[in-house]
Amino acid sequence: MYDEKNGTMYSEKVMDHFANPRNVGEIENADGVGTVGNAKCGDIMKMYIKVENGIIVDVKFKTFGCGAAIATSSMATELVKGKTLEEAWNLTNKAVADALDGLPPVKMHCSLLAEEAIHAAIDDYRKAHPEE
Amino acid sequence: MKRIYMDNAATTSVAPEVLEQMIPYFTQVGGNPSSIHSNGREAKRALENARRQVAEILGALPQEIYFTSGGSESDNWAIKGAAFQMKEKGKTHIITSAIEHHAVLHTCEWLEKQGFTVTYVPVDELGVIDLKALEEAINENTGLITVMAANNEIGTIQPVKEISRIAKEHQVLFHTDAVQAVGAMPINVNDWQVDMLSLSAHKFRGPKGVGVLYVRKGVRLNYLVHGGAQERGKRAGTENLPGIVGLAAALKRAYDHLDEVVAREIALRDKLINGILESIPYTRLNGHRENRLPNNVNVSVQYIEGEALLLRLDLAGIAASSGSACTSGSLDPSHVLLAIGLPHEIAHGSLRLTLSDETTEEEVDEVLRVLPNIVNTLRNMSPLYEMILKEAK
Repeated sequence: MYDEKNGTMYSEKVMDHFANPRNVGEIENADGVGTVGNAKCGDIMKMYIKVENGIIVDVKFKTFGCGAAIATSSMATELVKGKTLEEAWNLTNKAVADALDGLPPVKMHCSLLAEEAIHAAIDDYRKAHPEE
Repeated sequence: MKRIYMDNAATTSVAPEVLEQMIPYFTQVGGNPSSIHSNGREAKRALENARRQVAEILGALPQEIYFTSGGSESDNWAIKGAAFQMKEKGKTHIITSAIEHHAVLHTCEWLEKQGFTVTYVPVDELGVIDLKALEEAINENTGLITVMAANNEIGTIQPVKEISRIAKEHQVLFHTDAVQAVGAMPINVNDWQVDMLSLSAHKFRGPKGVGVLYVRKGVRLNYLVHGGAQERGKRAGTENLPGIVGLAAALKRAYDHLDEVVAREIALRDKLINGILESIPYTRLNGHRENRLPNNVNVSVQYIEGEALLLRLDLAGIAASSGSACTSGSLDPSHVLLAIGLPHEIAHGSLRLTLSDETTEEEVDEVLRVLPNIVNTLRNMSPLYEMILKEAK
């Protein structure tokens, strides 16, 4: 929980995305919605995507979880916005964590959850659009 | 911005008048209480004065007071010391509660690996131990009951006298971890009829790293710290004299004004509890409403997670704590909240605010002003809350 390098629990970037999360909310008539995690474990992430011509033109999230869960959700939405579905699918949890200047080891599972939430939303979209 | 510290159950700051009494024992009285020269004798006098003072406040004899490094050592000594002693008489069963501090629970778990058996008696939904189950758990092998006086997380005060009566009736030793209770409620070892009691100075405006184990005359314990002849040969190590002087001073300070401080804290505590429950929907109080430590507030805020709440409060200048898994370093939320029957998802969203004699009404008002907004912000990004709102429509 304690980052020895900066003497804080989380990096400045994590705290920024936690305190001012980007893309919070829902998309009405979203093209894909993915929910991962469960309340028992203390983490649920829900991602909404809007897709045009194979590109994610809008993305929103809602997250129940700790500081790292909220920050990784926020960062993941920033990283996939404007990307093709293919590019978004290839976003790894490590890339999300790196973009946040790292996460404490016990919080790496949060970044995995963000990756899974993106996958779930894309899967949901592809189910409805099997031709693409 | 002046920060608001509401995590006094974790630790308190040393009261200035306590520190003042400690300072000469860092800088002037440099002798070792075991030395025979006058410097040593002066230190010895201070040590025994502190012991007398502590004994008097607790209703004990000075020779029943043993200074330790704190609550965890006291708990370890009482439980392991009694366990190895009773084993010599063929007794290997210990009874405790499901909501003890880890210093007790992990000690009991370790003893299980050494061949002892332990019964973890359940508590009701308010955190009160099930006395019937406790009594029924006693068998011919039972040698020790250890139950806390008051719970550190949810503040519930246990029926210590009742437990004592049961222990006496069955001739079983009774230890109570009173770390969170000392300094917050009247304590007298004869009124309580306990055989052993643990306390820690830093919970009542004394210094960290010093505590007491009270051991009733005639109770035999094995020793944990072997070495010199300190503490009547039962706990080796040169005494932490500044700490011990500070412990005695802080204890006296707490009990000189107990009624006054308790009345003030209860008023602030109840204002905080009522304010939170009234202004924030989907909240519940954890622990007993009346039989509760005067400085403890513990609420579950549904549909949000505790660590996120703590971080937001911290950014707003308020220090609090939570029983969320993310703050405990494990994957499970607090064992205490689970033991009172909270489902995991509600246990994850717990918030503990603990007051001190320095807490002001303005600080309570500020928390009541800030908290609803923070909860709102977090709920607005919670998919669980979204679900509840849709179901309610």
